[in-house]
Amino acid sequence: MGAAISISGVQAGGDNSVRVSIRTDAATVALAGNPNVGKTSVFNALTGLRQHTGNWPGKTVERAQGIFTQGSHSYVVVDLPGAYSLSPRSAEEEVARDFICFAQPEVTVVVVDATALERNLNLALQVSEVTPRMVVCVNLIDEAKRKGYSVDAPGLSLDLGVPVVATVARAYRGIDELKNVIDKTARGEIRPNPRPIEYGPEIETEVARLVGELAGIVADRLPTRWVALRLLEGDEDTLQKIAEFLGDPAFTNNVPRLLEV
Amino acid sequence: MTLLNANLGQTVSVVGLTAEGLVRRRLLDLGFTPGARVDVLHRSPMGDPVAYRVRGATIALRGVDANQVLVREK
Repeated sequence: MGAAISISGVQAGGDNSVRVSIRTDAATVALAGNPNVGKTSVFNALTGLRQHTGNWPGKTVERAQGIFTQGSHSYVVVDLPGAYSLSPRSAEEEVARDFICFAQPEVTVVVVDATALERNLNLALQVSEVTPRMVVCVNLIDEAKRKGYSVDAPGLSLDLGVPVVATVARAYRGIDELKNVIDKTARGEIRPNPRPIEYGPEIETEVARLVGELAGIVADRLPTRWVALRLLEGDEDTLQKIAEFLGDPAFTNNVPRLLEV
Repeated sequence: MTLLNANLGQTVSVVGLTAEGLVRRRLLDLGFTPGARVDVLHRSPMGDPVAYRVRGATIALRGVDANQVLVREK
């Protein structure tokens, strides 16, 4: 036998051995979303059978990841547990928060339920404060249509400042476009520009002050505005994770001083 | 009145929250924002928690949390 044949990331060797190669040059794509939005359908539609499951280290939370290729680029897709918010209240939500905020995937896809957009966009807005490299996937547009809603994906995209793709993942509708948009976002061909969420003059004054103070400590390792907002919110669990991530005593040591008004 | 006082089958509208800090944040994340419509769906056998329909999802709240959501009849 000659060269090994590479079929969709799975290599069949000449000695009848089959090994799955996770290419190290593959970019990581996180799939986030509220519970019950069809996130796993989107995951299955993207990756087909090229996936494996396990657990997150030290947690009884299932971890599924798979691969898809678009042109000459491979992407490792991580199906995150359902979450309503990036302020976690369960082990599942904690896994999702940690991955989106600290594993810093190349692209984060937020899957939203077209029949409950108002509720679902809360998470999308929170993600947009953490990373601009995001795509919103409006799933279940067939069910929305049955309920009499029509989804204006281009309009939503303009309002949010990020690409929006409408899908019916169970029927593979919109999946090719989703792959294309993920690929373009990962390669910088699409540069999402999420519209910043403004919290009113009182909070914005403090945010501006903290962003200035944090610039030297956080640098470009995390979005400073997001860190400033967590400081103001007093989200201790997330603050501890931020401190661990930065691994810099300057952050922890400065927190009490930073919060002095 | 608070959401805890709403009867089974009743539909109410959120007026505000008395909760503060992370509980307030959580209730807001779950969709209990001013003006949101809430249907009281089911009560568990012991009466706590209670399942509510809010913004297209079914959410169970403990009495102690539901009591911090101010509502009025719709």
